[in-house]
Amino acid sequence: MTTTTEAQITENGHSSQHQERKWQDYFTFSTDHKVIGIQYLVTAFFFYLVGGALAEAMRIELATPDPDFVQPEFYNQLMTMHGSIMLFLWIIPAGAAFANYLIPLMIGAEDMAFPRLNAVAFWIIPPGGIFFLSSFFIGTAQAGWTSYPPLSLVSGKWGEEIWILSVLLLGTSSIFGAINFVTTIFKMRMPDMDIHSMPLFCWSMLATSALIILGTPVLAAALILLSFDLIAGTAFFNPAGGGDPIVYQHMFWFYSHPAVYIMILPFFGVISEVLPVHSRKPIFGYRAIAYSSLAISFLGLIVWAHHMFTSGTPGWLRMFFMATTMIIAVPTGIKIFSWCATLWGGKLNLNSALLFGVGFLSSFLIGGLSGVMLASAPFDIHVHDTYFIVAHFHYVLFGGAVFGLFAAVYHWFPKMSGRMVNETLGRIHFALTFIGFNLTFLPMHPLGLQGMNRRIALYDPQFQSLNMLVTIGSFILAVSTFPFLINIIWSVFKGEKAPRNPWRALTLEWQTASPPIIENFEEEPVLWAGPYEYGIDIESVDGEESVEEMLAEVGAES
Amino acid sequence: MQSPALDESKVTLNYHQEAVTGHHGHPDHRMFGVFVFLIADSMTFLGLFAAFMIYRTIMPAWPPEGTPELELLVPIINTAILVTSSFVMHKGQDALKKGDISGLQLWFGLTAIMGLAFLLGQGYEYFHAEFGLTTNLFTSCFFALTGFHGLHVATGVLLILSVLWRSRDKGHYSSTSHFGVEAAEIYWHFVDVIWLVLFVIVYLIN
Ligand code: HEM
Ligand SMILES: [Cu+2]
Repeated sequence: MTTTTEAQITENGHSSQHQERKWQDYFTFSTDHKVIGIQYLVTAFFFYLVGGALAEAMRIELATPDPDFVQPEFYNQLMTMHGSIMLFLWIIPAGAAFANYLIPLMIGAEDMAFPRLNAVAFWIIPPGGIFFLSSFFIGTAQAGWTSYPPLSLVSGKWGEEIWILSVLLLGTSSIFGAINFVTTIFKMRMPDMDIHSMPLFCWSMLATSALIILGTPVLAAALILLSFDLIAGTAFFNPAGGGDPIVYQHMFWFYSHPAVYIMILPFFGVISEVLPVHSRKPIFGYRAIAYSSLAISFLGLIVWAHHMFTSGTPGWLRMFFMATTMIIAVPTGIKIFSWCATLWGGKLNLNSALLFGVGFLSSFLIGGLSGVMLASAPFDIHVHDTYFIVAHFHYVLFGGAVFGLFAAVYHWFPKMSGRMVNETLGRIHFALTFIGFNLTFLPMHPLGLQGMNRRIALYDPQFQSLNMLVTIGSFILAVSTFPFLINIIWSVFKGEKAPRNPWRALTLEWQTASPPIIENFEEEPVLWAGPYEYGIDIESVDGEESVEEMLAEVGAES
Repeated sequence: MQSPALDESKVTLNYHQEAVTGHHGHPDHRMFGVFVFLIADSMTFLGLFAAFMIYRTIMPAWPPEGTPELELLVPIINTAILVTSSFVMHKGQDALKKGDISGLQLWFGLTAIMGLAFLLGQGYEYFHAEFGLTTNLFTSCFFALTGFHGLHVATGVLLILSVLWRSRDKGHYSSTSHFGVEAAEIYWHFVDVIWLVLFVIVYLIN
């Protein structure tokens, strides 16, 4: 393990085969999973900035009780586009970005199982996203990211139709991606790696892909029928023509509740990778974490009607969905406890990656707890469609998924780019994000409890002061993006060169060069320790070096 | 659970060696991928069927009053055609496994014709129906479900035709390497099974 890259190349006589990566590759139909991963990540980030700008516009409007900055109708469009972009063009593609980049490296494979399908999955996204945004020219959808009929049938036909078609496109991309992840994880692991020595990120992607494959097609079915109602004059969901809007809600949430796990599970996986490395401790409860992902995935399929407690759902059905929803807190709690136990007594290196990891833990915990409150039907009936909901899902989506995502970016940036990030800027980014995030979303809890409705541009003046606070918080969030952008752009070009394993990590992606060569590994990667055996002084096979010593050497290699 | 990996550490792995066996430089996982895709596709139908069954359960009258009776003759013939075609198609694969390319072409060609006959039958049914897409909720469901299935049949026919097209190249398919043939066949059986479910819930139980 101590030989340098060059030495290994000449030893194996491979050097002639090595191609160099060109920057142009990132703009082509490349089938290399590493290129595709970066393409996903950069595209998703672009849409994050768009979605963020829309959110800031909403917050400016909501700083005062009167609709003075934008018309209420336009507010509805901003809100619909903000929600849909953040979900379908930011979080879901960003999860796919890391899955694409990391899965083959983590399991010692050369690429994904179906590289061309993979490239197709990515290249659906930019046109899909542009098509989506183009609806601003003809009046975008206004019915929220949920597009409930009959509202969605009476508010701007073509904007709504573009919304439907874009979501169908993006859903197709997501299904193609998931087929690839499942096949790769099951079929392409290096022979020595059994499913229980696979990194936890792969487990979480397995659970995610299962949900994508089982859920997304049902959403597609619902949207196809909605499209008929909109364009062809049928009445599947239109009560005016004898249809039933509740059927849409069932089909929609059959996908969209699992979708919240599609958005968070990849980052559960990320956290399981980031915490052990930077606290130099084995993960606590490997199997508990792995299996709880599967349990979440299964339970996630049978809780959807907790979004419909106020839709006339009969009492016994509410009881069922209330119970299953609360049960999800068990596997989720297992994960939280395992992560805390992993940190406990570790040698924490509070760099940007771990800071975001810990930020994830605390914010996601709050989102999870308010989720358990909402699972209780009597409580939910009171706060349904209030800002308490908005607070809850931003704690999960922003405090959970986005924090996890930034942890992932800081953790794998050296691998992806071959450069280190600037830690000072990274910490400033974290501090601003954490403060801004809590300032923006914490006050939404009391606002909701006091009865402020969501999805409105105009509100009762009694809510003014808290809303002003929220808007200030959202400005801090906007500002927090700059240190991040500057850091990334500066580091890509000018950052200190990263060695192959700067964090002395054990998973396989760190056994190859930074950035990895096109074929991923110079020679077959070697599984010389389980993925999380940090800090325990087991003798290696040589009987001389401990795992930590070997890691120290690898860490010094370039 | 992680220690076994340690024991075997520093064993050189021969994944490159294994890699040459497949079609595109690594072992062939495409059939696995096809299965995963079919799971996804069957969920689309499950969604549509579930919607149909919910309507059937909650609506005061189903089909709504005044809905004309569905003609059964054409769909029954269609069902017979589609079910038989699955067996016909399988004979094609059997022939190929014995190395008989023209047998493959014969049976697959026949399957494609049967598929087209099914689609013609469906066209006839649509054309002669006494109701339209927007007549009522039941008729909308009828067209949405049979239409979506019909699209799948059409896709299946195209797949079969592309297999036939490729089989003109000598050596494109052989008794051991014939992913395209198998995938087309699995897809066709899938479409067939979906039809049986659809036939029961749309035509028989109302
Ligand atoms: C920049 C920070 C963000 C701010 C200031 C913000 C603010 C808002 C606001 C004001 C609303 C509308 C509330 C309403 O009128 O009901 C909203 C809705 C929403 N946001 Fe965000 N948000 C941010 C980030 C995110 C992120 C990162 C995600 C997801 C990953 C997200 C997902 C959503 C969703 C799904 C909705 C619901 C839209 C709907 O009601 O249809 N937001 N957000
Ligand atoms: Cu839910």
